[in-house]
Amino acid sequence: MDILTRRKFLIASGVVGAGALAAGAAAYTLTDLLATGNEQGPGGRTLVLVTLYGGNDGLNTVVPYADPAYHDARPEIAYSAEEVKRLDDSVGLNPAMGGLHGLFGQGRLAIVRGVGYPKPDRSHFRSMDIWQTASPDRPGNTGWIGRWLDGAGGDPRLAVSFESALPPLLAGVHGAGASVPVAGRAMRGGLPDRTLAAFAADSPDESPAQARAAACFADLRSVDQMIAQVRDAAEEPVDGTDPERPAATSTGGARTSLEAQLDLVAQCVEARVATRVFSVSLGGFDSHADEKQLQAVLLGQVDRALSGFAARMSRTEAGREVVVAVYSEFGRRVRANASEGTDHGTASNVFLLGAGVRGGLYGEQPSLTDLDDGDLKFTVDFRDVYATLLDRVLGADPGQVLADWPGRRDDLFDRV
Amino acid sequence: MASPDAIAHLLRRATFGPTADEVDAAVRAGFDATLDRLLEPVGTDPGASASPTPKLGPDPYSTIGKSASREQRQEANKRRTEQVRQLQQWWLERMVTAEHQLTEKLVFFWHGHWATSVQKVKSAPLMLGQLDTLRRYGRGGFDALVAAMVRDPAMILWLDGEKNTRKAPNENLARELMELFTLGIGHYTEPDVKAGAKALTGWAVDRATGVARLEPKRHDTDPKTILGRTDTFDADSYARLLAAQPQAAEFVRNRLWARFAGTDTPPTGGSGSVGAGPDITAMLRAVLTDPAFARSRGQLVKQPVEWAVGAMRQLGIRPSALSEQQRKQVQSGLSGMDQVLLRPPSVGGWPAGTAWLTTSSLQARMRLADLLATAAGPVAGQRLGAAPEAGRVDALARLLVVDRWTERTRAALAPLAAKPDRLIAAGLVSPEYTVS
Repeated sequence: MDILTRRKFLIASGVVGAGALAAGAAAYTLTDLLATGNEQGPGGRTLVLVTLYGGNDGLNTVVPYADPAYHDARPEIAYSAEEVKRLDDSVGLNPAMGGLHGLFGQGRLAIVRGVGYPKPDRSHFRSMDIWQTASPDRPGNTGWIGRWLDGAGGDPRLAVSFESALPPLLAGVHGAGASVPVAGRAMRGGLPDRTLAAFAADSPDESPAQARAAACFADLRSVDQMIAQVRDAAEEPVDGTDPERPAATSTGGARTSLEAQLDLVAQCVEARVATRVFSVSLGGFDSHADEKQLQAVLLGQVDRALSGFAARMSRTEAGREVVVAVYSEFGRRVRANASEGTDHGTASNVFLLGAGVRGGLYGEQPSLTDLDDGDLKFTVDFRDVYATLLDRVLGADPGQVLADWPGRRDDLFDRV
Repeated sequence: MASPDAIAHLLRRATFGPTADEVDAAVRAGFDATLDRLLEPVGTDPGASASPTPKLGPDPYSTIGKSASREQRQEANKRRTEQVRQLQQWWLERMVTAEHQLTEKLVFFWHGHWATSVQKVKSAPLMLGQLDTLRRYGRGGFDALVAAMVRDPAMILWLDGEKNTRKAPNENLARELMELFTLGIGHYTEPDVKAGAKALTGWAVDRATGVARLEPKRHDTDPKTILGRTDTFDADSYARLLAAQPQAAEFVRNRLWARFAGTDTPPTGGSGSVGAGPDITAMLRAVLTDPAFARSRGQLVKQPVEWAVGAMRQLGIRPSALSEQQRKQVQSGLSGMDQVLLRPPSVGGWPAGTAWLTTSSLQARMRLADLLATAAGPVAGQRLGAAPEAGRVDALARLLVVDRWTERTRAALAPLAAKPDRLIAAGLVSPEYTVS
């Protein structure tokens, strides 16, 4: 992107940092300033959240290969010490995760083990809600990123999902992030822009649902402008069509490939769009039978997508300010079922990589013998990780988003 | 005496989308007679007879042996995909043509409730079988529906029921049965899930015949304690136990309320206020006659299928009369709005409410609105075209059975009055039409 385009783009997208002010760029409003000004904290970074829908089996992802209890509990689906990509002399990564294993070796991948929360819920939906709302105690209807967005001014461009349905993660009290389809740019059919603009106007006499439907027109126009500029700037447009559609999934997750989603994230980051949080996902981890091979295929997709993304991000200044966090709603039961699968379980791993992330193993590996009715006991509360991400990546006060949750895992990041 | 607006509201919710003529006829008949006709239609449905259930034939995979070549398997896959497409197109056609609209809408409601996807079931005949089950049991006693569904072949395959054996139970079906289909979270425990899984052990599906049967050797006959009751539960008695829970009636009532009334919470005043007993038609009648239902106007975001089917009914479009290309566009439009028949995104069903109102679904809606406006039948065009330009925005409201436009939308629509197809497309994506 040449400088002129960049300048125009920054103005259009409402990014108005100190540099733009000094350069005399004038086409922004007070609202723009408020919307983007208060979250330029010490770590003005971008967060990419990767959701693995369906309950990824954590024990076959970060494999406790040296623990005899692991092999006893799931003889048919266990990985041997020879198969795993060793991380140390007790755990190793799934054989399909060669790329991430390399990043771990370079000190760039942090793996937090035993992540969960008290009184775990084994329902996919309730559990995913808990992770996305960060509210284990009672059902919430706002996501933790949505609440961050409320505090950051509510511009939907700040938090973008490449899923076509909006994940609860991005729903705030006052508004919500934007969902942008990976394939193609905005299509408005034969309707002129003035019709769209007219639909975007408020009307005093309508229901909240109708008001939301009208607001979609405004969101679409602003997001469309942002994405259109990213695509215009890209040398090669993204082809959003995915040649190999992921396997059937009964528990949600995006249907376009993780690689295609991360490719668009990379383009947006490189164009320095206003977006501070990207939400991408991969579904299909809901395997209850013949699990080993399917999980390896999916983890291979995750591995390829993430290591490619990490390599691309390391090549630009903007990319080096990106942090990726990978999670799933829960892990699986320690013991396998009769159909060479596992049932819903509890604690699992969170992966972090990117700007300032200090590689290594964190959290205690949960015991495979001291169990809670057959399930792992968590050792790290996921809200500790969120609080750290809010603070160190988004430069925001975690207290307002996480109901004054006191925990932190500051050791995950380099000192400022 | 119910107002014409109240009757239009009832029809918008209890059908996929009424035509102006249907509203006129219902206003003449009155609210009560209209409700009776919706809930308990008499006689055969000529619209349904005009869109008979497709004869899919057997699952192509069941006719090839285990030693089939790669080419044979590819061919079977192709034919299977074709069967699914045929079934999806037929169902859409049925929704548009059926005159017993509430019957069809209930089948669609239950499809979203039991949320079974052909992506994993991989069989159009089994999915059609499930739709038949939903049609047959979907408006009577809830106990019969639950009992039929735990033995439904597509359901068993969808939630790994056929992998559920005495030796090591698979909990998937038992868990979702209690959580998502009958009781809701908080009304059962983890031990109930484990015991429920044992009650459902031993079922297997014969793909060749499309029949589910119990293999006694794989069934756990030991006594199990579920929800505080100890018995040698099997699939039937477990289903009866669930349906008889007071929470089951409340749960289903709440789901009906959410989908037909659309407000977050059913009216207060105790769970009895929205009907009592686990009879589905009675519960639905209670929902549709509740005073809070009348006040729910403008609060229900239409699901994409409801939006598209309603528009086709009002615009006089028969899906089967569209060109192959247009049918594909309808399919990809629904896919872009994230609602493809027979493919719910998860066992939790489709999202609801403002979750449908995203920037990306708006784009898909605009594309599909374009197509529908272009394909609109001659009657729709005549009705708009017959009105003088100044009256076309109001004529559009009548055509689409919208009570009234806001000033905002009126201002958006007025400049398009000279181009009826643009006007229709804009009306279809307007906030007033997106929300019912």
